[in-house]
Amino acid sequence: MITPTDPVILAEGVRKTYASRSRPSLDGFDLTVLPGTVHALLGPNGAGKTTAVRVMSTLTRFDEGRVRVAGHDVVAESRRVRERIGLTGQYAALDEVLSGRRNLEMFARLHHLRARAAKVRAAELLERFGLTDAAERPVRHYSGGMRRRLDLAASLILDPKVLFLDEPTTGLDPRSRAEVWRAVRDLVDRGTTVLLTTQYLEEADRLADAVSVVEAGRVIAEGSPEELKKRVGGSRVEVVLADPSQVEKAAEVLGRMCGSPLDVDPDTQTVRAPVGGRGSELAKVVRALDEAGLEVEDIALRRPSLDEVFLSLTGRRTGEET
Amino acid sequence: MTRVGWAVSDTWVVTRRYLSHLVYKPDELIGTLLIPVLAVLLFGFVFGETMGAAAGVDDYRDFLMPGLFALTMAFGIGNTTIAVVTDAGRGVIDRFRTLPMSPSALLAGRSLSDVISGVVDLVVLAGMGLLIGWRWHEGWLSALAALGLLLWLRLAFTWIGIYLGLVVRSPESAMKFFSLVFPLAMVADTFVPTSAMPGWLAPIAEWNPLSATVIAARDLFGSPGVVSDSWVAQNALLMALVWPLILLSVFVPLAVRRYRRAAR
Repeated sequence: MITPTDPVILAEGVRKTYASRSRPSLDGFDLTVLPGTVHALLGPNGAGKTTAVRVMSTLTRFDEGRVRVAGHDVVAESRRVRERIGLTGQYAALDEVLSGRRNLEMFARLHHLRARAAKVRAAELLERFGLTDAAERPVRHYSGGMRRRLDLAASLILDPKVLFLDEPTTGLDPRSRAEVWRAVRDLVDRGTTVLLTTQYLEEADRLADAVSVVEAGRVIAEGSPEELKKRVGGSRVEVVLADPSQVEKAAEVLGRMCGSPLDVDPDTQTVRAPVGGRGSELAKVVRALDEAGLEVEDIALRRPSLDEVFLSLTGRRTGEET
Repeated sequence: MTRVGWAVSDTWVVTRRYLSHLVYKPDELIGTLLIPVLAVLLFGFVFGETMGAAAGVDDYRDFLMPGLFALTMAFGIGNTTIAVVTDAGRGVIDRFRTLPMSPSALLAGRSLSDVISGVVDLVVLAGMGLLIGWRWHEGWLSALAALGLLLWLRLAFTWIGIYLGLVVRSPESAMKFFSLVFPLAMVADTFVPTSAMPGWLAPIAEWNPLSATVIAARDLFGSPGVVSDSWVAQNALLMALVWPLILLSVFVPLAVRRYRRAAR
């Protein structure tokens, strides 16, 4: 396919086997990321997502293949690549002893900003990430969400062209997770390309323009979240009826509202139907069933899990050996 | 700014980072000083007279202090290792490696800040020494030269610590290595003269880099000591200059190479 813009990340046939492992971590990894997009690498633990990020961010040498980031080769021109990228790893890579402000000033200085400019930039970033009040506190007293935000700020000193986020919300509570998501969206609006890794289908769905599903060191499926969900089957509403005789009627109501495929199981008095992932659609279903005079024993919204994505793409569960 | 200019500037930024740790989290410094300060008291008062008499040294406290200075320089290896391995474990080293900064600045900055904290160590210890009656007898310049030799050794040791910090996987395993510092520090001319050691052990102790520095420092302080006739003991000043140079030429390239690859 010919694209109107040059890819900002291009990886071709990357292979990498760590000396301590028998299986390759990357085994013919290909990736194309277009500028101004959020691209998610989705996959279970051990799929090779982190290795891929380390390779693309100049941290790890690889055995075979070619990787260009922001117009430069990551091996031959690693310094040029480093001037154009930011990396936020799985752990907040901060100095625990120093204050938030001192951390940012230090990283700004190491990005070769002058002392004055470093102070200004640190203050701007603290403000933008809502950390001004906590600026003088040592980072070891920060909450998990605050650390992640400061960590994100530290990788944005020079407004990188490409930002790598390795599992940016793992271990965060829902509120902090939403904060990080907002920050990422905000970045993309400012023109940064974001490559993130995640184990959560929901995260890829909420953030990403494009998703690459990674397994055993290579990309096994690619597309927009919508396309992937279509292949997997999106969220489904599951209705259990109190009265077996009402199952047919319920199927009719749900069929009219949600369309096919409809899954009717008279034995368990259950009807399953596809719906959008939002809670409001669930409410609509409840109202419709109520208006039809149906007595509902139980109702639930089931989102497809990462497991189901893998099951439908590969025919086996995550973590199962080939 | 030139490439070298940036390297110096980056190194200084990193050095300041570590020096602020001494201010905001002084327990690290206190931890390193605890053993030598206790040693001043234990060896100066509890074992001192007996050991001095057995070793044939008149003034054991004067004999002891240069040894304790060197011992503290060696204990610094532990701090360096733990600081580096902690940074590596938290991904801080990865972040530094993705910055467009000078690639050697992180390690050079750590080394420089450890040498500076070595100055603090020496000042505190010297203060302790003066309290218990230790004196230098050859004038200011000689005393400063002795401290210079000790810091030169410390510089070499920081690079051993940095290398170990990049090799080991966790602060816990670094602690295990740390016990190896004890033989390094004790099988040397620190607490007893090598002449008081068994015949097979004495040469090992004499060739210990620590011994050369201790003997040379004793000489410059004008402290009593029993110096054997072996070549290495007779050329202690030369060896106190050469040993750290050898260590540096081995461990600086090893550490830098490890840092650049650092594929964990």
